[in-house]
Amino acid sequence: MAKEYRTMRNDVTLPYQWALGKTWSRFFDGLKDGRIQGTKCAGCGRVYVPARSFCPVCFTDTTQWVDVKPEGKILTWTLVREKYLGQVQEPPYVVALIQLDGSDCGFSHFIGGFDLSDAGQLKRKLKTGAKVKAVWSPVRNADIRDITCFVPVE
Amino acid sequence: MQRVAITHVAQSSGMESKESLMDFTYRVNKEILDKAGLKRREVGCIVAGSADIFHSGLSCANAFDWDGIGAFLKEGSRAEESAFSFIYGCMRILSGRYETVLVTALVKGSENPDNDPITSFYGDPFYLRPVGVNESVVAAMQMRQYLERYGVTEEQCAKVAVKNLGNALFNPYADRKRRVSLEDVMASERVYDPLKALECAPKSDGVVAVLLASEERAKTLSKKPVWLSGYGCSMDHFHPGDRDLLKGQLPAAAQRAYKMAGIDDPGKQIDVAEVCEPYAFQELLWCEHLGFCGEGQGGRWIDSGMPLMDGALPVNPSGGVLATNPYPARGLYRIAEAALQIKEEAGEHQVGKKVRTALAHSTHGFGGQCHSVVILSA
Ligand SMILES: [Zn+2]
Repeated sequence: MAKEYRTMRNDVTLPYQWALGKTWSRFFDGLKDGRIQGTKCAGCGRVYVPARSFCPVCFTDTTQWVDVKPEGKILTWTLVREKYLGQVQEPPYVVALIQLDGSDCGFSHFIGGFDLSDAGQLKRKLKTGAKVKAVWSPVRNADIRDITCFVPVE
Repeated sequence: MQRVAITHVAQSSGMESKESLMDFTYRVNKEILDKAGLKRREVGCIVAGSADIFHSGLSCANAFDWDGIGAFLKEGSRAEESAFSFIYGCMRILSGRYETVLVTALVKGSENPDNDPITSFYGDPFYLRPVGVNESVVAAMQMRQYLERYGVTEEQCAKVAVKNLGNALFNPYADRKRRVSLEDVMASERVYDPLKALECAPKSDGVVAVLLASEERAKTLSKKPVWLSGYGCSMDHFHPGDRDLLKGQLPAAAQRAYKMAGIDDPGKQIDVAEVCEPYAFQELLWCEHLGFCGEGQGGRWIDSGMPLMDGALPVNPSGGVLATNPYPARGLYRIAEAALQIKEEAGEHQVGKKVRTALAHSTHGFGGQCHSVVILSA
């Protein structure tokens, strides 16, 4: 329907250059080498993944680096069917919070490796508490997509 | 102690406005000053609630907003969360420096990109953004935990959308006006499974203004001022994975507000609530956290009919955010609606019971990272 007033389209593109800092640089460099690293808080004992320079609870520096396993369990998940501008991939896809073995927080990533249009497979494989493991990308750029996704382990 | 009153309220419709953002802002602010019989130069100061680049395509949006709010030659400030704008305005009255403060929140959702691309930018560019985390994704993951941990059913969550869109039919300012059945909600597309399309808020336009006044000034400005009696706010961690999404900061924010207002039994002492529920199930979860029902009892609570328009504690008689979602302004809309219920000026969506105490809630961030609770009294 034609509008009774004029509108004007305005697209904005601006470059930002974010510093990763020492801790996140080391975390992402680790991904390139196939390692998932966290940091442990000496105060409360929590292991954070991705690694943090400080514990947001105790508000003190984390001091110890730990390797966590590239596997864990699904804490919760959603199957994304909605399409939107600038989306990271074509839906459908699954985003989940995964607790990696040896860590104390949820790690955000994709779950994949099976046919999402198959209702039977979805029901069987996508369960809270289900075990999943990381699938590494054949091409690595020291970023979060060095992990392609996590796949359910039968 | 000095008291703060809301003396007047003005709001625009949530539907797409044909006016420019500046004119749209001006109309509502002109209306509230006319209602109060105040000239622009007589207002003490101004606090805006508006959001920059993503919600208006402007940087330092307040620079553009000031003229339409009437802030020329005045002291002013701005917050992106309009419930914060409200409390900053109240603090200016409490400081004793100002007798009146105009708080205005504004957005034209119809002009900016959809909510999901915008809220994708809440995430940092190296970790959350590349794996597709946005507000709806986190809400859907929160809903799944809510269903699984407490055995609340999808139908009970869908009932919130049926209730709020039903209430919105009586609100002339509501954006999404459509009678929906439980079957309609359940059959709407599972956009972020288990979230369904009709359980997600739309994207609306909206300008809302409240005029605040000191106790003495309020009595000359209004026959029925509404008093601020409690306020609380609390923030959670940034990363959704660092939190238990079902145990957020709302109980802490509510307890602070209740303590200040002298409320020890919120379910009985609060007469009506306007709760910020961009996703249907969140109203049930937030109502648990506000102490209206017990932990995990949100589903049973809506089944009981308590939060219905004619129930014992009506929630979102305006239709809430599921009906009208002027994103950064939605918190101040809740506060304005709560005030109108106390003033008995809500019109067709005025609740049947006598309202002496009303609660308004606002939230922003992934899965309710931050919550504000405002208690208003007659
Ligand atoms: Zn710690």
